[in-house]
Amino acid sequence: MIRPIIPLLTAALLFGIGVYGVLRRRNAVLVLMSVELMLNAVNLIFVTRDAIRQQMTGQVFTLFVIVIAAAEVGVGLALVLRLFRLRQNINVDEVPLA
Amino acid sequence: MTITLMDALMGAVGLVAVGAAVAVVSTQHLVRAGLWLVVALGAIAVEFLLLRAEFVAWVQVLIYLGAVVVLLLFAVMLTRAPIGRSADLDRPIAPAIFVGAGTGLGLAALFLRAFGDERAVAPPTGSAQRVGETIFSDWVLPFEVLSVLLLAALVGAIVLSKKDRI
Repeated sequence: MIRPIIPLLTAALLFGIGVYGVLRRRNAVLVLMSVELMLNAVNLIFVTRDAIRQQMTGQVFTLFVIVIAAAEVGVGLALVLRLFRLRQNINVDEVPLA
Repeated sequence: MTITLMDALMGAVGLVAVGAAVAVVSTQHLVRAGLWLVVALGAIAVEFLLLRAEFVAWVQVLIYLGAVVVLLLFAVMLTRAPIGRSADLDRPIAPAIFVGAGTGLGLAALFLRAFGDERAVAPPTGSAQRVGETIFSDWVLPFEVLSVLLLAALVGAIVLSKKDRI
């Protein structure tokens, strides 16, 4: 017997920490790291839900999320490097949006 | 109210994950943030193992610990980040702590209310065979779409990092 609430609480806290990191960090690479934390929190919820329901679907979607995270990080880092080449720093609050 | 060994292990690993995640978002050393991320993601992989999701756990180790973190550390190097402390990594704390704590504690309260006293028997092992059977019987179309997405991301990353103007 397991108590699903333990991994669920872990995931909730991880997601909150990820949100905090995205809003708090100025460096674009650190923002991407915080996004990874949030994605992992969601994966943990998927897998825990599988354990409750005795099924496999959540694990399949966890794999999909991992693949999407890999694609996201690849494109995101290409953007960060492009930004660095243009402006010599990667602080997200100094990016001109217009 | 019995706490089994599994629960204790899961709680301990969860504490490690949360602690490492706090270090990721609070350290002033860029490289150390990447290394703490390894600890956090590794702890989550252990948690997957404890929840019997073997295949997902090893994919997590391979892709996250192997590829994503290395990619992030490469980006840290390529943007010529200093090895020591950086002074200007953070923005004002007030909105971040407000929204972050609100989200985290709100979700935690929601889960406590919904699943607070739920118990689950040990789930079936999520071996590669079972996961593969589920993917290729129920989720073939998303799988194929995902492979196109990966190709698009690959092409996009190459185009973005080309030296000359597009």
